Amino acid sequence: MKPSSGSSLLRPTRAALFSLAVVLALLTVFPLFWMVSSAFKGPDEVNSVNLIPTAPTLDNFRYVFTEVPFLRYMLNSLFVATVVTVAALWFHSMAAYALARLRFPGRDLLFFAIFSTLLVALPIILVPLFILVRELGMLDSYVGLIVPAIFNAFGIFLLRQFYIGMPQELEDAAFVDGCGYWGVYWHVILPLSRPILAALAVFFFLANWNSFLWPLTITQNQDLWMIQVAISSFQTQYAGAWNYIMAAATVAAIPTMALFFVFQRQLVESIKTSGFK
Amino acid sequence: MSAGASETSRRRLSRKHREWLAAALFVAPDALGLLVFLGVPMVLALGLGFFEVTGFGGISFAGLDNYRKMFADPLFFDSLKVTIQYVVGFVVGVFVVSLGLALLVQQKIPFVGFFRSMFFLPHVVSLVVVGLVWQFMLTDGVGVVNQVLEAVGIGGRSWLGDPQLALGTVVLVSIWFFMGYYMIIFLAGLQEIPREYYDAAKIDGARSWQLFRHITWPLLKPTSFFVLLVSTITGVAGLQAFDLIYVMTKGGPANSTSLGIFYIYQQAFQFNDYGYAAAMSSFLVLLLLAATALMFVLTRGGRFETE
Repeated sequence: MKPSSGSSLLRPTRAALFSLAVVLALLTVFPLFWMVSSAFKGPDEVNSVNLIPTAPTLDNFRYVFTEVPFLRYMLNSLFVATVVTVAALWFHSMAAYALARLRFPGRDLLFFAIFSTLLVALPIILVPLFILVRELGMLDSYVGLIVPAIFNAFGIFLLRQFYIGMPQELEDAAFVDGCGYWGVYWHVILPLSRPILAALAVFFFLANWNSFLWPLTITQNQDLWMIQVAISSFQTQYAGAWNYIMAAATVAAIPTMALFFVFQRQLVESIKTSGFK
Repeated sequence: MSAGASETSRRRLSRKHREWLAAALFVAPDALGLLVFLGVPMVLALGLGFFEVTGFGGISFAGLDNYRKMFADPLFFDSLKVTIQYVVGFVVGVFVVSLGLALLVQQKIPFVGFFRSMFFLPHVVSLVVVGLVWQFMLTDGVGVVNQVLEAVGIGGRSWLGDPQLALGTVVLVSIWFFMGYYMIIFLAGLQEIPREYYDAAKIDGARSWQLFRHITWPLLKPTSFFVLLVSTITGVAGLQAFDLIYVMTKGGPANSTSLGIFYIYQQAFQFNDYGYAAAMSSFLVLLLLAATALMFVLTRGGRFETE
C-alpha cells in the first residue's frame, strides 16, 4: 500500500493523456464541424478560414430545398431504408430462430453456407448482380433498390448467436400453452429479442441511408435518386459552389449523427458482438 | 371445423416432421434471397468473364477473349498495383491508429465516453459526405488545410491533384472514417483481458511497455487477426474506397487512384463492357482469396505464434 507515490506518479501522465485525447478528438471532429460551419457561410465567405461564420445565413439550405428536389431524395432514402430495415429484421429473425432453436437435417451445412456469404462484398458481384436485376426487370424501380439490399448474413449471424444463448424453458412453456412454432416465434422469441433488434435496426437504417454504390448503379430516373446519389451529382453540377454543397452534405449527415447520439449504446454493442464469439 | 381439420393434419405429420417443415418455412425467405442475390451473382462473377455482354442485353460466348484483353491491358495492371498499395497503406494505418485510440480511451481519463463517441463519429456519416467534405478542405489554393499550412509556413500541397499524393490522401481519409469502428472492436478485445494479469505484473514491477508487450499484445491476438482480416477484405473489395474515389478523384490524377474496383465499374457502366468487367471481377475474387489466405499464413490462423 503506497497510494501517495503511486498517484503522484500517475497524475501527470493522466493529465497528459487527457490533453492528448482532447487534441485528437478536436482533430477528428474538425472536418464535420467545418462542414456545418461552411453550410452557414455566404458565397463570399465560404473560402475563408473563419471558424464561425461572421454573417451566418440560411440561404444555402433554402436554395438546396427550393431549387433542387432535395426533399424528394430524402423521402426516397427514408422509404427505402425503412422498408429494407423492417423486412431484413423480420426475415433474419425468422431464419436465425430456425437455425438456433429448431432441429432439422442439414442445419449446420445451411448455416455454414449462409455464413460464407459474409465474404461476398457488393463491389465484387456488382456487375453480375446488375445484369441479374436487369433481367428481372427491376432496374430503375423501388423494388430494385429495396429487394437486393435486404439479404445479408451479418444480421442472421448476430441474431443466431443471441438466440442460442436463450433459456429453453420459455419456449417449452409456450408449447405447453398450445403455441405452434409461429406462436413461439411471435410471442416469445420476438419480444425477448427487442434490444438486439433495436440495435440492428439502427445499424441497417444507417447503412441503407448511407448506401451509394447500388443506388448509383441501378437508378437513372432522377425521381428515384436516393440522397447520397443526389449529393454526389450536386458536386459536379455546382462545382466550386461549396456553400451549397456543404449545406446539402449537412442535411444528408444530420439524421445519421442524430441517430448515432440517441442510439450509440446499442450501435456500439452490436459492433462489439459482431467482432467474434 | 377448421380446428378439426388442422388437428388431423397435425396428426398426420409427426412432431419431428412438423419441426422440419416449420424450419424450412422460417429459413426460406432469407435462404432464397441470399441464393438469388448473392449466391447466383457470385457464381456468375466467375463465369461471366467468358461471355461478351453488351449494354442492350445481348450475351454471346467469347471464350478467353476477355481474359486475353485483361492480360494485355496496362491499365488493368496499374489498377491492381494501386489496389495493393491502397490495401497495404489502409490496413497497416487503420490497425495502428485504431489500436492506439483504443489504448487511449481504455484509460481512466475524465469524459472518456465522450471521447469514444467523438472518435467514432466520422463512421456514422456517409462516405459520399466524407468525400465531399475532405475534397472541400483539400481544394488547391482555397482549401482550409492548405491555408493553415501556408500560414504556419509549411506550404500547401495539391493533395488530390498530385499523382504522388492522391492515393495517400485517400488512404488517410479512409483511416479517418474507419478508425472509430476498429477502435470499438479493439476496445472490446482489451476489456476481455482479465485485470488480475495487469495487477500481478505491476506488483512484480513491470513498466507500461512491458505490460503491453507481454500481456496486452499476446492476449489481443484474436482481435488483431479479426481487424486485419476484415480491413483487408473491405480494402480489396473496395467497399469504402469506391465511394471516396468516385467523389474525390474519379480515379485520377493520371489514374493514380484508379483502384481495381473503380476501373471495373468504369468498364461496365461507362463503356458497357460487362463481360470484360466480369473477367476482371473474377480476378479480384482470386486476389481477395489470396489476401485472406496470406493473412491466415502470416498470423498462423490468427494465433500469431512466432516460433
